[in-house]
Amino acid sequence: MNGRDTRQSRLLSRLVQIMFLIVLLVLWYLATTKWGVSHLLLPNPVKVYDELKDVLASGEFIPDLRITLTELAIAFALSSLSGITLGYLLSRSQFLIRVFEPLLAGVYSIPIILFLPLYILFFGLGPASKIALGTTISFFPIVLNTIAGFGYVDRIYVVAARSMGASDFQLFRWVLLPAALPVILTGLRMGFIVALLSILGSETIASLAGLGHRIVHLAEAMDTARMFAYIAFAVAIAASLNVIVTMLEVKGRR
Amino acid sequence: MLDRTAETSLPHAAAGESFGRRLARGLRRHPGIVRLGVIATLFVLWEVAARYWVDPMFLSPPSRVIGSIQSVFATRGVPAALRITFFELAIAFVLSVVIGLVVGLAVGLSRFSRASFMPIILLLYGTPQITILPLFILYFGIGPASKIAFGVSHGIFPIMVTIVAGVQNIKPILLVSARSMGASRWQIFRWVIFPHMIPSFFAGMRLGMTGVLLGVLLAELYVSTAGIGYFTTLFTQNFDPTKLLGLISLLAAMAIVLNEIVRRAEVHFGRWRAE
Repeated sequence: MNGRDTRQSRLLSRLVQIMFLIVLLVLWYLATTKWGVSHLLLPNPVKVYDELKDVLASGEFIPDLRITLTELAIAFALSSLSGITLGYLLSRSQFLIRVFEPLLAGVYSIPIILFLPLYILFFGLGPASKIALGTTISFFPIVLNTIAGFGYVDRIYVVAARSMGASDFQLFRWVLLPAALPVILTGLRMGFIVALLSILGSETIASLAGLGHRIVHLAEAMDTARMFAYIAFAVAIAASLNVIVTMLEVKGRR
Repeated sequence: MLDRTAETSLPHAAAGESFGRRLARGLRRHPGIVRLGVIATLFVLWEVAARYWVDPMFLSPPSRVIGSIQSVFATRGVPAALRITFFELAIAFVLSVVIGLVVGLAVGLSRFSRASFMPIILLLYGTPQITILPLFILYFGIGPASKIAFGVSHGIFPIMVTIVAGVQNIKPILLVSARSMGASRWQIFRWVIFPHMIPSFFAGMRLGMTGVLLGVLLAELYVSTAGIGYFTTLFTQNFDPTKLLGLISLLAAMAIVLNEIVRRAEVHFGRWRAE
């Protein structure tokens, strides 16, 4: 009886969710067609759909997407390489952990987006400043999680492996790495997501190209329907990247 | 080998080495002092790099940046911009806490509404809101309203999520025993749910503050015709790293103070549970 009850209420919950989305869409549609909200502020959803189809069919998004993804790839490569290396080196000594971990966590709590104007001064408006910001922001969760992963491996495993005659490499490959990997993977996922967000953000604030730049460009041209289409596209890209890295994390944990 | 013989034969050398070793041991026990040393070293490196290696158009030494804070304040419009930013942060934070608390409780207190609306909240929390920043400016203008709204959009979701999680994590046995002893709905809320929510409420406030800071600063930097964004753009275009770093340090200090207040509150009010 209980099982059927929960299944019924789960079905009802899905229904509520679907209704919520439908009501939202209907309100949006009515607001643009019946209630006279200016199409400059809120475009007709049908028009947005057409624009989205046009954007996808014409392939106009490809150069912007390529720039954004290239920036993301470079930033993530830099931050994961430096974060894992530094995190591993620091984690070899409890003393170094106690010196550096609070320092890194302290810097991480400052909104690093404040460095963006500085990076624009150093690296200009092009992709370099976005890569620098993405690298800086994603470096912190990666290095902190690497320290947490390698630094707090149960000593018993290390001692046991050593007493059975494990070499440095064997200790690393068969004891430290498997123990630390889940935590590091979480750090990498978090780093990837914040890198994506900060790159989109810095493209929005000041840039010459990229998805964020395209959205701002359309906003300034008051081409709101196309802008909504691009927003939907960017959100979809971010969501699929999110799903992919979460899946990779789950796969890597096993 | 040689060292050891020296140690046994020369008492002075032994005393000197034991002092060095004692210092090392003392430092080992006080990582905080070493940490300060690391910070000081970084500042010295920055100072030296800015003075001798890097083009002064791009980087200026920390000594000059600290000296420049006064001239940043003297720049017409900067004090007002900082004050407005602080005011935006405060309003956005209060609004996020109130809305987040109300929605979080409404969603979290019943199992059905939790199952229905929590996925929607998580979905919205997961979308990159930065992509709709231009919309906020379009709707709310370039004044404080858009920055407050954008700050709220970043602040409410972590608060809602932690409140819901906090309500959810109350042990059912506490609720059942309160109800079986004849507590009314209000009494259960006041004496069981409310005290158990306090730690997660403050944890949510801390995450909310991080979100509000991010949202408001993003919007401030985005609008380059007024407020902080105007001045960062101005200092960047004038190749004036001294003033730019001064302004950034002031904003970072503001962020650190606000974060620290919320973090202290979290530690303070979360204490009863640990005891």
